[in-house]
Amino acid sequence: MPIPLQNANCPGCGAPVLFRWEHSIQTTCPYCKSVLVRTDVDLKLIGRIGDLPLESSPLQIGSEGQYRGKPFHAIGRILYEYDQGIWNEWHILFSDNTSGWLADAQLEYDVSFLTASPGPLPGPNDVQLGMNFRWFDADYQITNLTRAHYRGVEGELPFQYWDKHVVLFADLRTTSGRFASVDYSEREPLLFTGEAMEFDDLKLRNLRAFAGWTI
Amino acid sequence: MSSAIETPVVQSAALYCPNCGGSIQLRGFAHTLTAICSFCGTVLDTSTPAFRILQTAQEWQQVQPPLPLGSRGKLDGVEWEVIGYQIRSMESEGETYAWGEYVLFNPYRGFRYLSEYNGHWNFIRTLSRIPEGAVSERRIRLDGQVFRKFQSAQAQTTYLLGEFPWRVQVGESVNFIDYIAPPLLLSGEITGSENEITWSLGRYITGAEIWKAFNAPNLPPATTGVFENQPTPRAGSVGGIWKAFGWSLIGLMLVMILMSLMLGGRTVFEQAYEFDPKAGGEPSFVTPDFELKPPTGNVEVQMKTDLENNWTYFNLALIGTDGHAFNFGHEVSFYEGQDSDGHWTEGGKSGAVTISSVPAGTYFLRVEPEGDKTKATLPVHYRLIVRRHVINWLFPILALILLAIPPIIHSFRGLGFERARWQESDYPQGSA
Repeated sequence: MPIPLQNANCPGCGAPVLFRWEHSIQTTCPYCKSVLVRTDVDLKLIGRIGDLPLESSPLQIGSEGQYRGKPFHAIGRILYEYDQGIWNEWHILFSDNTSGWLADAQLEYDVSFLTASPGPLPGPNDVQLGMNFRWFDADYQITNLTRAHYRGVEGELPFQYWDKHVVLFADLRTTSGRFASVDYSEREPLLFTGEAMEFDDLKLRNLRAFAGWTI
Repeated sequence: MSSAIETPVVQSAALYCPNCGGSIQLRGFAHTLTAICSFCGTVLDTSTPAFRILQTAQEWQQVQPPLPLGSRGKLDGVEWEVIGYQIRSMESEGETYAWGEYVLFNPYRGFRYLSEYNGHWNFIRTLSRIPEGAVSERRIRLDGQVFRKFQSAQAQTTYLLGEFPWRVQVGESVNFIDYIAPPLLLSGEITGSENEITWSLGRYITGAEIWKAFNAPNLPPATTGVFENQPTPRAGSVGGIWKAFGWSLIGLMLVMILMSLMLGGRTVFEQAYEFDPKAGGEPSFVTPDFELKPPTGNVEVQMKTDLENNWTYFNLALIGTDGHAFNFGHEVSFYEGQDSDGHWTEGGKSGAVTISSVPAGTYFLRVEPEGDKTKATLPVHYRLIVRRHVINWLFPILALILLAIPPIIHSFRGLGFERARWQESDYPQGSA
């Protein structure tokens, strides 16, 4: 169970700000939507987020679930918008104090973790659909190239992340449902690997309620 | 722990069509990217709060899909709501084929699709895994199962109703490629300038199942023809029927072997005689007694002669010492010669008569041969052979033929079904 690391107040509105994970660098104030970055001494207000289409995912901050028997809960998210809708990258914190990502792209779910790349990754100008990579004894193929617009953030993230513009992602799939994604938002491409998940296998709880529906 | 922020229940958004002012209730929450006004047919971009008109329709007519929008039903244990309907069409060999596609939605489990053509339905979901093999190949694998290429074509959207979680307009086209492993249908939809392929897997489902699940009005559309991934009717049982046939064949043979071993075909009397038709006098005689063992059964009397271009008629009586008598007769004739076609024969030198249901007991034969007195023929030599409990192969053969009818009919039906299926394919069977 996470502990409050730092009892600080939002520099924007004075509301108390709680960190659930010691490694979180950034969070948002749930009251005034300020984006707050943790420094050694205090919280720095670096921007504000506009109104977000938060109902684009059944998850919310505090939603709990399981991945391969390990419990996690959602502590933050990044929202992206691309030409086929919105997708959410939920920052999930595991009970062993590690964190990963649960992507919800129009209710198709993938769990992934930042992974040291086993080989060279193509640069943003070289990456192409259909490229194949042999990683961890599996054949990964680039199935989607997505140019997404950064739409907003919510909650705790392991890095500073806000006010981005267009970000390129390459998604890779295998014949057995393994998943990988190359994120070109930083100077060096970052590799995330994991697998596609069925909603029912994630055993999610504390989800948002939708009028007229039960889980 | 439960430090979650209490968030309000998400309500479906109600908005107004910017074209006609009609109200639009979104069933797909924030996932709907395209909505069609049910009053005027205007296609709207719903990805931003200010609905943008993408396309206005002229002479809009609302089509009522057989499965109405808003219907809810459980498939594979999950509740789905019908939120969108489109009609797509393709051209093949000068013919236009149109089919319906329904968008199903659940706010936790996402989207599924139903397609319907001529009363044939598929329950479809997109895949997050890829098949093994290139789309240029005639066979590819998914989850280890082989799928055969059936067709590739361009599908054009000709009608839209309800909501879609993607951007779509009337008139748009996508290329698709279908592979089948009935009842499964593996379909790749190819989009974009870079030919991105979205794979989906459909499972054949009957209209009756859907109507029951969704409690839909009226009757499902009538089924005509054979669909690409329609399972062969009784597909599992054709093999089963042949297996049953095989077992009855083995059973029948065992019974016959057992019968012939236990009581089959024992010769109970055999004797050689001579008959001269020109001799005159009384040719009839009786044979010595012989025993016919129980149970009641047949008796076969064989006559083996040395007839040559001649005939003999045998008047016979099987007479029991207890008074049972069976009268019968049999002609044996044999002719041969040469003509322009070569050597010919007619008839045979031997004959046999089988008498059924003869009780056990002591019997003898009364024999009265008749022959051609006018011809200068040689005396006829013949042997009489009496056999008890002869196995009559006619009945087991008849039984086999009757037993073989159902599997043969089923197999032919299956073949006809497969032929009908592959007639619609770009890759007809036989060239596979």
